[in-house]
This record gives sequence, C-alpha cells and structure tokens, in this order.
Amino acid sequence: MVIINGFNQYSNNKLAICDDGRILYYSDFNVFDNQFKAKTKTRSLAFCFCKNTPASLFGYLGMISNKVVPIMLDAKLEAQLRTTLFEIYTPTYIWLPSDMVGEFKAGTEVFSWESYTLLTFDSSNSKPLHPDLALLFATSGSTGSPKLVRISYENLLSNANSIAEYLSIDENERPITALPMNYSFGLSIINSHLIKGATLLLTDKSVMEKGFWELLKSGKATSLSGVPYTFEMLSMLRFFKMELPHLKTLTQAGGKLNLKYTNEFAAFCHTMGKRFFVMYGQTEATARMAYLPNEYAVAKAGSMGIAIPGGEFWLIDHQKQIIQEPEVVGELVYRGKNVSMGYAEGINDLAKADENNGILYTGDMAKRDAEGFYYIVGRNKRFIKLFGNRVNLDETEQILKNMVPECACVGVDDQMVIYITEPTQTENVINYISGKTGINPKAFSVKCIDTIPKNPSGKTLYAQLANQ
Amino acid sequence: MDTIQKYKEVFINHLQVTEDQLSTLTYQSVSTWDSVGHMGLMANLEDAFDIMLDTDDIIDFSSYVKGKEILAKYDVKL
Repeated sequence: MVIINGFNQYSNNKLAICDDGRILYYSDFNVFDNQFKAKTKTRSLAFCFCKNTPASLFGYLGMISNKVVPIMLDAKLEAQLRTTLFEIYTPTYIWLPSDMVGEFKAGTEVFSWESYTLLTFDSSNSKPLHPDLALLFATSGSTGSPKLVRISYENLLSNANSIAEYLSIDENERPITALPMNYSFGLSIINSHLIKGATLLLTDKSVMEKGFWELLKSGKATSLSGVPYTFEMLSMLRFFKMELPHLKTLTQAGGKLNLKYTNEFAAFCHTMGKRFFVMYGQTEATARMAYLPNEYAVAKAGSMGIAIPGGEFWLIDHQKQIIQEPEVVGELVYRGKNVSMGYAEGINDLAKADENNGILYTGDMAKRDAEGFYYIVGRNKRFIKLFGNRVNLDETEQILKNMVPECACVGVDDQMVIYITEPTQTENVINYISGKTGINPKAFSVKCIDTIPKNPSGKTLYAQLANQ
Repeated sequence: MDTIQKYKEVFINHLQVTEDQLSTLTYQSVSTWDSVGHMGLMANLEDAFDIMLDTDDIIDFSSYVKGKEILAKYDVKL
C-alpha cells in the first residue's frame, strides 16, 4: 500500500546521490528505518521541517513507513508562523535540522541522524488520526496557513504510480531535486521515482547556484522539473546552449508557463531529442492531474494536456451542468484516486474521513478543444502563485492587518498588488510581508488609495479596486 | 558616472541595500538576493554594462567582490 513497500527489491540500488558526493543506497534507508521505528509511536502527528537533504528525506520516509503522520513544512518557515502552527496542531514529534532544536524548548531529544534531530512533546493533548491519513500539506506554505490538505496512503501511491506510468519512469532515472519536498510537486517527483527504484540527485541548491549544476553534470541527471519561474531562470542561464546529453526529460508544473517559454522549450526539446512535459495539478489532488504528452508538446503548446492514467476531467457551467461542446469555458472538475480526503483547519479535523469521494472541483476555469486537450483560462479561487509558492490572498491580508488594518490583496502569478490607505507605510508593508513569507520583495507592489471599497456588510469589493 | 559607481548602484537599487553593506554582500546574505533577486541582478548588470554573461559566470557570481573579478573578464574595469 505505501510508497516504501517495494524498497526491499531495490536494496542494491542507489537511492540518492548528494551534492557533497555521498551515495545512499536503498538498504541504507532500511537501517535508518529500524532505528527511527524504535523511537516513534505509530499513528502520531509530527512536523517534518523539510530541506532537500538525506536526513529530511529519510525522516519523511521513516514516518510513512511507521505510519507517523507528518505535516510537511519548509524548514525556512518564519519563526512566528512556525510557533502558531505548533500551538494549533500540538504535534507529538518534530523532525528538524539540529540547529533549530533550541526553538522548541518544550521538546525532548530522542533521536539524531546526521544533521537532523527528532524531538518529542507531551502528547496528552493528541487527537485521533484517521487510519487512512498519510500526511498533510500546507495550502499556502509561505504564509504559515493552518489550512492543510489531508492526503491518504492510497492518494500517495496512486498518484506516484500514474506519474511513473506516463513519464515511463524506471530504475535508471536520475531526477535532480530542484523543488522543495514540502511542496506537493516536489514530493511527487520523489515518490514517483522511489517506487521504481530510481536514484535521486539530492540538493537544496537552486538552479542559480554552481553546486546545482555540478551535481546535475557529475550525477548525470536524466530529468529536471520546475515551476514556471525555474524555466525563466533556465532561459536566462542560456540553457539552450548547454551540452547535457544525459538530461532527457524536462517537466513543468506549478502554474501556467508563459507561452513564449513554452514554445521555446518545446521546440528546443523536439530538436534535441529530449522530452518536454507541461503538466497540471494541485495539492488537493496530491500533486498531478494532467500532462501534455511529449509528442504534442509543440502542436498543443499552451495546453495543460489530458488527465493522467486513472483520472478523468469534465467541465461544468454556472448551473453545475456538464458542458459537452468543445471550446466552452467552465470550471474544471477532476475525478481520480489521488483526490485528497479534504482539508483540515485544526487538530480535530485529522480524524475526519474522506469528504471528497474522489472528486475535486479545481476552482480553475478551463476549456477543452475538439481533440480533448484542456486549456486553463483563469482561476476563481483567491490565491496566486509567487515564484512557485502558492499564496492565499485572504491569508496575506490577515497577516498584513497586524500592520495596516485597511488593506486588500489582489494580483496575478508572480505579482501581488497590495492596496493600502496609509501612504507612509508603503515600504514597511513590502518589507514586512516579504519577511513573513520569505518571498522576494519584487513579488509585491503597493498601491495607496483613499479607501478600500466595501459592500454594506464590510466585504471587500475586489473588482472595484482597479478603478480606484 | 565612473564604472565602479555604476556597479555599486546596480546592487544598491536592485537589492535594496546600502553602500556600507556592499563589501560583505554575498548570495542569500540578504532576503532580496535569493534566486529571484539573482536573476534580476544579472539582467541589470548586463544592461548597465552592455554585456552578455556566460552561464558559468552567472552561477559563479556569489558575492559583490566575486562579481568584480567576473566583470573584469568582460573588459569592465572596476
């Protein structure tokens, strides 16, 4: 049932090659797993503060193996947001970089492995966890949102299998980790390769760092995955001039890539005999829902593709009626075994059973062409992507209200616009929100207006903001 | 404007730092100089000096000081 069940047959395979040159075998995980099991109680809640390092990876796998339920968090999550989450979810364990141990004084150290430590906490307040619950992702990681997505063991396995199938992943693959493992897309790359006995090239470095490219070359990476912003960086890095004969596959998800880049990468890969997959997904569906088959990368550039193996899409209109005709825009609905169990907003929700029954209303507006390929045309949920980070606009407003009680956030991917009424605060607002979210200040701009338009019941009228 | 002043101002304006921070400024030492900031910094330097940086130089450009060495290769005398 779980991701790690097949590991025994891969004992002699390399599980990971690290950027310090170290090699970890699948058998190394078995050794870790036994030690970790001895220190953890099954069906308890944990925080996993993630980095792309062996210790972070093994901790995650150890929890899945022992049925400890991790909330996957960025190790760089801002300190106050971290504390708030801790108070809401009162985990029994925290697996974290050892240099962060001092920040959780109530914890007792029970186990250390390499640069990570396992802390345990008083579990007298712990609440029951639903037996199917495998892990939890944040809906808006960088704002420290307490709203989590509940992922089951079946979700993890079915999505990993579907991805491995349409990408033809086998044990000879060597993907390099360009995305964090607390991010559903990043974790899906890990899971879909480990179930096939492949070798991860494990690094915490970004494509803008020398160490990343050294590992990519020395480890002979076969695939590279990124969000739209990654591909903009690759373009700037003269990726099209690089000689990377082993790199056979590029995959892109995490938001819509500008058509100019889509065309460039599709054409380049076509010429060079490489594969380029544009894909679509959401954390609410574990990760992946759609992919554009490589052979259509050029002809259907701009499309998010078709449903993954085992999945199905349809579109609905405002009356929730199914749209039959092509080229008509409606809300995209997905059905598949990877659709999550639902959300959790607090500790009591962790006992809840599956609320979605395999159907996800994506909140994305899309159309389908006559040949069955889907195209995203808009989004009707209040979130945007900032350099690959999903950011909830309402939660951003809540954070900002500590500083500027009157504010409203809108925006498009990679550019949030914050409306305020206090002109002296412009610079403070940008520094504050950038500091809280850890996202580059260039992602935010501030506009000062006289008043935030609201309806009589006090709700912000976002559509009117642009007219101010 | 002399070249060193131009070099400094690209950092000061793009990374929102002060002149006294420059000599010790390295990649990821300030929140504005992450991978996103790095891409913009490189683009601004290319525009300011009318050069086209090679991949190896972009990923090797790890500090304010190191950047001076790199730009020297493009005949930018700082």
